[in-house]
Amino acid sequence: MSWTPADPMVSIRDVHKSFGDLEVLKGVSLDVMKGDVICIIGPSGSGKSTLIRCVNALNDIQSGSILVEGLEVNDPKLDKLKLRKRVGMVFQQYNLFPHKTALQNVMMAPVRVLKQDKAAAEESARALIKKVRLEGKENSYPGELSGGQQQRVAIARSLAMKPDVMLFDEVTAALDPETVGEVLQTIKDLAEDGMTCILVTHEMGFAREVADRIYFTDGGVIVEQGPPATFFKEAKDPRTKEFLSQIL
Amino acid sequence: MDAVYDWFRVLYDETGINLPFLYDSYDRNRMFQGFLTTIWLSLVCLFFSVIIGVIGAWLQGSSFKWTRRIVNGYIQIFRNTPPLVQLYFFYFAIGTILPRVENDWGGQSPILGSFAWAAISLSFFAGAFNVEIFRSGIEAVPKSTVEAAEALGFTRVQIYRDITLPLAFRVVLPALNNNLVNLVKTTTLAYAIAVPEMLYEANQIWSDNVNVTEMMIFMLLAYFFLVGILVSGMNRWERAMKIPGYG
Ligand SMILES: Nc1ncnc2c1ncn2[C@@H]1O[C@H](COP(=O)(O)OP(=O)(O)O)[C@@H](O)[C@H]1O
Ligand SMILES: [Mg+2]
Repeated sequence: MSWTPADPMVSIRDVHKSFGDLEVLKGVSLDVMKGDVICIIGPSGSGKSTLIRCVNALNDIQSGSILVEGLEVNDPKLDKLKLRKRVGMVFQQYNLFPHKTALQNVMMAPVRVLKQDKAAAEESARALIKKVRLEGKENSYPGELSGGQQQRVAIARSLAMKPDVMLFDEVTAALDPETVGEVLQTIKDLAEDGMTCILVTHEMGFAREVADRIYFTDGGVIVEQGPPATFFKEAKDPRTKEFLSQIL
Repeated sequence: MDAVYDWFRVLYDETGINLPFLYDSYDRNRMFQGFLTTIWLSLVCLFFSVIIGVIGAWLQGSSFKWTRRIVNGYIQIFRNTPPLVQLYFFYFAIGTILPRVENDWGGQSPILGSFAWAAISLSFFAGAFNVEIFRSGIEAVPKSTVEAAEALGFTRVQIYRDITLPLAFRVVLPALNNNLVNLVKTTTLAYAIAVPEMLYEANQIWSDNVNVTEMMIFMLLAYFFLVGILVSGMNRWERAMKIPGYG
């Protein structure tokens, strides 16, 4: 049985994950179709980061299954490189390579991992930097860029691998308020281009605008889900209601 | 040049300050060869001790318990014993149990000469410190930076070579330079197994000329300037390696 574009791009089934005795994910299931933008919201410590880190095998899982375009992530013989070519990830703290310029940060993985020709990789990298609206910053080091600019370089770096799905883990949480908008705009552009996105975010306005579906997690389970229109107005679960009342 | 050489001969005649390695071509050549040997021994040991440091630090991160134990044992032995004893151990203990080879005159000579043993011994000595230095640098590289590289599909070796080492290197450069400066000073121990380095040649000269005072003053100055040049080069290197807006 092979994967077809009609199947979910990411299929998470009854995933359980513990750190030692601490069970962080207690049976999570969700499907993401090609082109979907889904937002995961929930209180701190509810396992949001853990969940999306499982999708690209930065965390392993104890049971359940995660399929990315049919590739079983929870397979001991998993070809990690194959998975990571498909899945891009952007982190809260950007995690750029501080000793490389913006351009080098973006070029590095295509050259090293995909063995792309340097000149070709540079050309695509420059185009990506332009796409995240950082023209002129190619030769700046991360330490010379604002948080918002660094985060956009990080997005470009991830896109350079031409992933099929992008994971964003609270990518605006560490930013100054005035630079949050530029990063959200970049993600919005991506979503509009049809990129499949899984976002963990606290930006409710943004979630409402871009998300196809919103998932609310608490205590390691998905408590409630739905398209933004109904999710925000008709939340049923008291935990969701309480969370939304605090954050909105 | 001859005028300068002659001036030192006059200096000796007039004042008794005897610097034969300046006016006498035979001693001049000995001193110069000694200088070259010191430089060459230093470069060889710098190179191999850094290689040992890089590989050792990598092995210390191994998931095999015994690999880590062996590396730690190596470090303990070489840190907690005097380098002169190590040198004697290599030269007299290991050097004598190795098979001998026939030399040009039909006699038997050891496979490795004193220079080779000094290079091996001092590289392991400085290497033990370099392992610890590199390890501390590697530990200072944020796990999140490594994770970002993992998420991009880098392999473990690629991450070590392209991310961890370059970043660790910058963190440890001052400590590394300190150790390398010490290493250059420690090359004088090779004197003890008759490696014809600078101090050894100075000894030869003072034995022939009975001018210990002059030779020792010269040695002090010579090492002072040699190490001074090394230190200033390394400081310049540290500055060149600085990443804009980082650290
Ligand atoms: N590597 C880890 N080792 C041990 N516990 C962890 C680790 N990562 C996360 N946790 C724990 O798992 C829980 C969920 O964390 P996380 O997924 O980061 O939550 P969220 O992103 O929703 O704030 C927390 O209690 C956290 O302390
Ligand atoms: Mg989190």
